[in-house]
Amino acid sequence: MEHMNCKDLIQVMQPDGRLDESAVIGVSGEEMHRMYRLMVFTRLWNAKALSLQRQGRMGTLASVRGQEAANIGMGLALGPGDWFCPSFREYGAMFVRGVMPKDLFSFWGGDERGARPPEGSRVLPVCITVGSHLCHAVGIAWGAKISNERIAVLSCSGDGSTSQGDFHESLNFAGVFKLPVVFAIQNNQWAISVPLDRQTASETLSEKAAAYGIDGVRVDGNDVLAVYLTIKRLLDAARSEHRPALVEMVTYRMDDHTTSDDASRYRTEEMVSPWRSKDPIDRMRKYLIANRGWNDESETNMVSELTAQVEQAVKDYEAAPLPQPTDIFNHMYADTPWNLAEQKEELLRHLGRSER
Amino acid sequence: MARLSMVEAINATLHEKMAKDERIVVMGEDVGVDGGVFRATVGLIENYGSTRVIDTPLGESAIVGAAIGMAIYGMRPIAEIQFEGFMFKAFDQVYSHASRMRHRSQGLYGVPMVIRAPYGAGVRALEHHSDAPEALFAHVPGLKVVIPATPSDAKGLLSSSIEDPDTVIFLEPKRLYRLFKEEVPDGDYCVPLGKAKIVREGKDITLVTYGGMLSICEKAAHHAASEGVEAEVLDLRTVWPFDVDAIVASVNKTGRLVIVHEAPRSFGVGAEIAATVAERCLLSMLAPIKRVTGYDVIPPLSKLEDYNYPDSERVVRAIHDSMQF
Repeated sequence: MEHMNCKDLIQVMQPDGRLDESAVIGVSGEEMHRMYRLMVFTRLWNAKALSLQRQGRMGTLASVRGQEAANIGMGLALGPGDWFCPSFREYGAMFVRGVMPKDLFSFWGGDERGARPPEGSRVLPVCITVGSHLCHAVGIAWGAKISNERIAVLSCSGDGSTSQGDFHESLNFAGVFKLPVVFAIQNNQWAISVPLDRQTASETLSEKAAAYGIDGVRVDGNDVLAVYLTIKRLLDAARSEHRPALVEMVTYRMDDHTTSDDASRYRTEEMVSPWRSKDPIDRMRKYLIANRGWNDESETNMVSELTAQVEQAVKDYEAAPLPQPTDIFNHMYADTPWNLAEQKEELLRHLGRSER
Repeated sequence: MARLSMVEAINATLHEKMAKDERIVVMGEDVGVDGGVFRATVGLIENYGSTRVIDTPLGESAIVGAAIGMAIYGMRPIAEIQFEGFMFKAFDQVYSHASRMRHRSQGLYGVPMVIRAPYGAGVRALEHHSDAPEALFAHVPGLKVVIPATPSDAKGLLSSSIEDPDTVIFLEPKRLYRLFKEEVPDGDYCVPLGKAKIVREGKDITLVTYGGMLSICEKAAHHAASEGVEAEVLDLRTVWPFDVDAIVASVNKTGRLVIVHEAPRSFGVGAEIAATVAERCLLSMLAPIKRVTGYDVIPPLSKLEDYNYPDSERVVRAIHDSMQF
């Protein structure tokens, strides 16, 4: 694995569940079960969110279905003090880092309070503008390096982000200053309607690393073990050697871009279907059944337990008191300036209230 | 006290602040070995090393974007954009993130960062080297915009900006960098953000201005005095959020207002001040509000620059118009 060409695809588990055991020495059966469980939870959460959206109980959602391995692999690869800078299709990784499932329902349900990451989580809020948060990952890594804190930073963005100037500037800065940052790309082949061959003429995304003098690695993004082991190794190198890297996780966006999108306008079932047999969760399940004593009963039990957790998160989300109208003025500055104080009063007068 | 030019005062402030606070990092194009193209950062790299005084690659978006990340991490970055006209490569980072991270994270992450940039016209420069984009930043919810007009204020306002928990766009009128020297307080010296300064008291008419236009307004006020008109000159210092109380108090006293800035007129800072005064001081007003500003044009190159850059004669004319209304 150490001397692979940056264009080669790292894979340890094939789509039929066959595992290269020699590649995963050090990963316990318990950890594999946990990866599986987290992927299933992410899929159940996502399915519930889509369902809530269709019922008008939640807003627009960017579905993560099909990308659970990339999510969980990178989330688990992070060390305790590491930072994670997501875009908007990384719920699984965010859950692993302590973001509450109810909070992400809340955020996608239109309540800013749901965007606040837990204290000390070292997770940034969802970033919607594509690729711009890679610069923040660079800055956090830089701050850590200047402060002699031995941690790494992981950013995640999509294949479309590699066309942005901020992608170039971020990788360039990371290379020049040898910063402890790993840029993960979920290459799900689509940026809304634009396919990968309209984003780049490069054969792979990983090879772009060469232009910045940093490591480039390409991994099967539907192989949770490969993602986990690869990113863990890259984060270790970032932490201990200040060695930045770009990692392309090859996956596929199985659903529409968001619930506001209709993918049938630009892609056919023939394009999607080859990816159905590469499903990250099916793959792991096959392996666990064949090798780790997993069976229908354990599957049923786990799914019902996780479904109950998701349902509880929905209850918590929907039971939360609505935000106050004047919350829109919160957190604009550390101290509220006169104009905002006045406008807040104006809103209260409009609402016929005298305080709050 | 030492007699310093504005650029020397800025340099001295950066030295003093870096010595006291290890979280401060100065970063930008040519800020290290070269000491900045205007020499504002001269000597910093020798004193504080290349880890904290960083010559970056040429990429404004990453300079500001990385500074945002540093600030989130807990550093106190001071990012220099070499000229105000190059700021727009970083405008997305300022508009989409620096101004929003505190709200987006619901108070978890602030962005205590200063973006310094040489600003404005009057030095016979190239295109993109003479712009006055303060209104674009002032219009962004979540930002503060500061423009000093004197060496002492440059020190005091830069100190406050560095200590501020939010992002401050600190625009340095390049015409003033070496125009004059004055006594600048030694050691810790802060001028609070959001507080204007009455530079000259007067009872007849209020001139509200900032940055490179202050000396022009003072000259105009001096001339008006010779004609028996006592003009009050208010230096905003913090362009946004500006000192509404000081403006309103002065206009209520004088009943007449001329706003002077070099930036284009339409949708400019003057428009916001005029609207604010119209909302609050209508019954005190004795004449329509006047604006003396740059025209709504691209800042001209040297041959025609002076026709756009307001001078004291234009201000005096506006004072006459107001007084004779």
